[in-house]
Amino acid sequence: MKQRDLAAPLAAFAILLAAWEVAVRYIALPPQVLPAPSLILQTLGADAGLLFGSLLVTLRITFTALLLATVAGFLLAVLFAASRFAERALFPIAVIFQVTPVIAIAPLLLIYMEPAGAVLACATLVAFFPVLSNTALGLASADRQLRDLFALYGAGWFRTLLHLRLPAALPYFLGGLRIAGGLALIGAIVGEIAAGSAGAGSGLAWRIVEAGHRVNIPRMYAALLLIVIAGVAIFAVLSWLQHIALRRWHASVIAT
Amino acid sequence: MSRKPAKSARSRASKRAEAAPLAEIRGVSKIFDSGVAALRDVSFSIRSGEFLSLLGASGCGKTTLLRITAGLLTPDSGGISWKRGSRPRETGFVFQEPALMPWASVRANVRLPLRLLGLGGRSADLRTHEALTSVGLEDFADAYPHELSGGMKMRAALARALIVRPKLLLMDEPFAALDEISRFRLNDELLALWQNLGCTVVFVTHSVFEAAYLSTRTLVMTPRPGTISEEIRFLPATERFGPQYRTSAAFAARARKLSEALERAQ
Repeated sequence: MKQRDLAAPLAAFAILLAAWEVAVRYIALPPQVLPAPSLILQTLGADAGLLFGSLLVTLRITFTALLLATVAGFLLAVLFAASRFAERALFPIAVIFQVTPVIAIAPLLLIYMEPAGAVLACATLVAFFPVLSNTALGLASADRQLRDLFALYGAGWFRTLLHLRLPAALPYFLGGLRIAGGLALIGAIVGEIAAGSAGAGSGLAWRIVEAGHRVNIPRMYAALLLIVIAGVAIFAVLSWLQHIALRRWHASVIAT
Repeated sequence: MSRKPAKSARSRASKRAEAAPLAEIRGVSKIFDSGVAALRDVSFSIRSGEFLSLLGASGCGKTTLLRITAGLLTPDSGGISWKRGSRPRETGFVFQEPALMPWASVRANVRLPLRLLGLGGRSADLRTHEALTSVGLEDFADAYPHELSGGMKMRAALARALIVRPKLLLMDEPFAALDEISRFRLNDELLALWQNLGCTVVFVTHSVFEAAYLSTRTLVMTPRPGTISEEIRFLPATERFGPQYRTSAAFAARARKLSEALERAQ
């Protein structure tokens, strides 16, 4: 991104923060109602050990879930590409999992599994579908004439997959991955909140719940800030990955 | 590529047009799942060394017929018998669109058929260079398809078909999307290549002028279901080659003949 592109959002953000700070001080709002940004930062510093430890817990769940969802979604998409029958049989089940709110499944998962496993399952479930559906779409989108060419020169199913369908699916897969990264974090947070005190109380979401019980509003905001930063960072890293992988050829990232 | 074909090549080409059939297509019919009758009882032969055009309006089953000939589609009835038992391994196919892999360089795209046929190493490098040179793209080997113009993409697609040193070259309206100047140039270059390579070409087109300019024989097709209504043969006259032919009376007469046949086919 060019510097000029960054200037506008940064300025808007700075103005918003400044207005917030001034408003809180001018009206003299108590921090239990709305803490000023400076107090949130201060709290983040004071509770750093606690909060960053929790951040690590949440991030570990998020990335484990993202990895599981990516592997499972990718393999299932390849299976769908191999067999129309498998696709017809299994895709509706995947859709059912996708449309069912994860917060509604979480209590059940918590009965069947250990809290840590249930939280991981929640995050994996929500991150799984975009990888599956995008990759399946990508594998099916390989140019028909190129498929003819592969058939003409006797390339079998596997070689066509390897040299034609997988490269054609790459932009779709990476797009799905970028969505899945954000969803994995959301799934982890939702799972932690559903697990409540049963979740051994160590993730960031748990810190928010706990701080809420203690009416420690500044700490709630500080934990929220860390979640936001984690979400933005995941999105940025996955966008960068997409850019690096596609910059030579794909219309979405070729500089014009 | 712009080299003038030798005189001996010309007379060889004339002889080749009279040669034995490379393939016999007998009673081919195809009805798609959608219920569209694409082809009904189509029979013709492909003769060794000829430049055969399939001429017809859009939707008359030309592409279907070409895909059946390439073995990419199975007909509902009828079939093809090849002189040597099967379709030559050295078959080139040029599609309506360039259909290049956008993630691969021009070089990798052109080399793809060799890779799929399991040919690699030094000789594959050499043949890739040779194919790129024959279409004038040797300086663009490392470019990506999105960096090429429409005409250059089609040249790359042509090089990809030529790299197998085709005995049979199947072409599906390859130049239809190009501007007239590029199309004229590519038509001339294709004729020169056909002469030098001594291959058999089956060329699908909806352009009367292209069929008149390129082919030694034209099959005119009727639409829905596709059948062959007329066969029009042209001996490759010596004066046929070169851009001046396009403005000659002989060319105009041929084009008129094909135009009338196409009119009758509707």
